[in-house]
Amino acid sequence: MTQMIDLRRRGLLRGSGITVLSASAVALLAGCEKMASAQASNGASAANDIGILNTALALENEAISAYQLGAQSGLLQKPVLEVAVLFQTHHKEHRDALIATIRKLGGTPVPAKSDAEVAQALNAAALKNQTDVLRLAQRLEKGAANAYIGVIPSFGDRGLAQVSARLAADEAMHWTVLTQALKDPLPAKALSFGA
Amino acid sequence: MRLPALLLAVLALAAAAPAAAADAARGQELYESRCGGCHSLDANRVGPAHRGVYGRKAGTAPNFSYSTAVKNATVVWQEKTLDAWLINPQALIPGQRMNFRVALPEDRADIIAYLRQQSGK
Repeated sequence: MTQMIDLRRRGLLRGSGITVLSASAVALLAGCEKMASAQASNGASAANDIGILNTALALENEAISAYQLGAQSGLLQKPVLEVAVLFQTHHKEHRDALIATIRKLGGTPVPAKSDAEVAQALNAAALKNQTDVLRLAQRLEKGAANAYIGVIPSFGDRGLAQVSARLAADEAMHWTVLTQALKDPLPAKALSFGA
Repeated sequence: MRLPALLLAVLALAAAAPAAAADAARGQELYESRCGGCHSLDANRVGPAHRGVYGRKAGTAPNFSYSTAVKNATVVWQEKTLDAWLINPQALIPGQRMNFRVALPEDRADIIAYLRQQSGK
């Protein structure tokens, strides 16, 4: 029975296909359509932006795997599990939008590493309880938010920089929810991200 | 309008004072929050593993798939090159894939101090 539930959960987690763009991804990308076309004719800048987007894609792929590992670990209880699945869905929408934008710019999206590779890199074997999983997710979300903020000055296209800020906002929202779930104090000072 | 002599003396002293020593402990906090989205000390993730990076030639972390630009770079990671990299990676090695920037000099210095410490240098 446990295995059946796990398999169904896996199906749920894997259900949103890579080939079909989610509504959010389409909406995000819609703002990039014109700039993507314009960028394609601006070689050096477009190539650099593709590089940034591919690094972001690798980060999103890692986040998807991390939530997959957390969900399959059996360590998460409701309602935390539902939140983790929702956040994974957000990361899949980010991934889809990034893939579509990279292709629009003429680039080739980087392939995702396997869940096993990510598990090893993140030392998932050390996760023993729900708090451990939440701490890992919290750490990765903060790192992701800061990564998106830190690449903003490097984009050649200001529209893509704005997309990076929107992605950072999603990751910051995830971090805040995870921080509340862990009952950690909120930052005492302003401007706690990107610093 | 003349500035009081005491104020002038204070300003002169401040200008002559050496930069504060880099703080590796603060660098660790910064590293975990700013670099930790993509990097770990001992595992290749989105970016290469960082333990041992200080003093290492760019593009030589074992088993990491680097961009051609970084693989072909002649840069050796030490204070000046790491600082330039964190100011603007693309300016130091055009064609690289990181593009993450750290704006404040004190933040860069502390992160570099931490990487140096973790590299045993």
